[in-house]
Amino acid sequence: MTKARAMKNTDLVDQQYLRDDVPDFGPGDELKVHVRVVEGNRERVQVFQGNVIGRSGSGVQESFKVRKISFSVGVERTFPVHSPTIQKIEVIRRGDVRRAKLYYLRDRVGKSAKIKEKRQA
Amino acid sequence: MATKAIVGEKVGMTQVWAEDNRIIPVTVLKVEPARIVQVKTTERDGYTALQVTYGSKDAKKLTKPQAGHFAKVGVNPGRRVVELRLDNVDGYEVGQEITVDTLVAGQKIDVTAISRGKGFAGTMKRHNFKGQGASHGNHKHHRAPGSVGSCSFPGRVFKGVRMSGHMGHEQVTTLNLEVVSADPERNLLLVKGSVPGPNGGVVIVRNAVKGK
Repeated sequence: MTKARAMKNTDLVDQQYLRDDVPDFGPGDELKVHVRVVEGNRERVQVFQGNVIGRSGSGVQESFKVRKISFSVGVERTFPVHSPTIQKIEVIRRGDVRRAKLYYLRDRVGKSAKIKEKRQA
Repeated sequence: MATKAIVGEKVGMTQVWAEDNRIIPVTVLKVEPARIVQVKTTERDGYTALQVTYGSKDAKKLTKPQAGHFAKVGVNPGRRVVELRLDNVDGYEVGQEITVDTLVAGQKIDVTAISRGKGFAGTMKRHNFKGQGASHGNHKHHRAPGSVGSCSFPGRVFKGVRMSGHMGHEQVTTLNLEVVSADPERNLLLVKGSVPGPNGGVVIVRNAVKGK
């Protein structure tokens, strides 16, 4: 799903900030996002696990939203795809969805909020 | 007034990550080495400035007066001739090159450019008037300015009342922007925040004259 990207005028600056270790993922996929968190002068890694409910933007500005249910409360976090605070992104499960933005999940609870797993052909 | 100045072209806006992993919005300026064509002095010209050119231009496309101006001082003709007003031009001489490394990261700068033209604009866009109600019986006066004066006394509209008219395409200076990085290898200058004018527009950068 690598997109052919249009050339932008600012590419010569952007290029050095693009990460090449970002896995291929899209809406509906379940991810583990390992985020570096700095507390005082100690750094640790926090894992945010949830479903991707959309990607937006392009180039260095691209971001993705991850939604999870934490203690029966919906939590969403937006990450820049190329952020240096992300240590790594793991794809746990591929989802079978029909739209690019899964905002309808916000209004759903329980079984209707589940995403089907994509079956490999 | 300024002690250092350079000329560049706006490339566009993007973002970079700072060392503390925060995003900094930046404007990318292409600042090619500027060659001094003429040094203007108080004795001769009444003010101090550097006349510079940058880039290159086909010698055949110059007018005779331009060609003569460049040939006389022995400087290769460039795309544009721009004047940089400075406090003091001592130490500058014709033919010398001014590069982007006259500026350093963290320095405060002022950026001057011609803003984007907005054409004939109404009072809401041009002077931030509120306009009028969308409903409550309003009929075709949603973006109208309202009253512009009084009655038979003074019997006229005062001069300087803000009205519709041409907006933009004027010289705008943004003060106290910060240099994020200056890259003499690629001739790029990254400035924090936005800069007036369209992409490709000519931009004059000088050290900040107010504040620190």
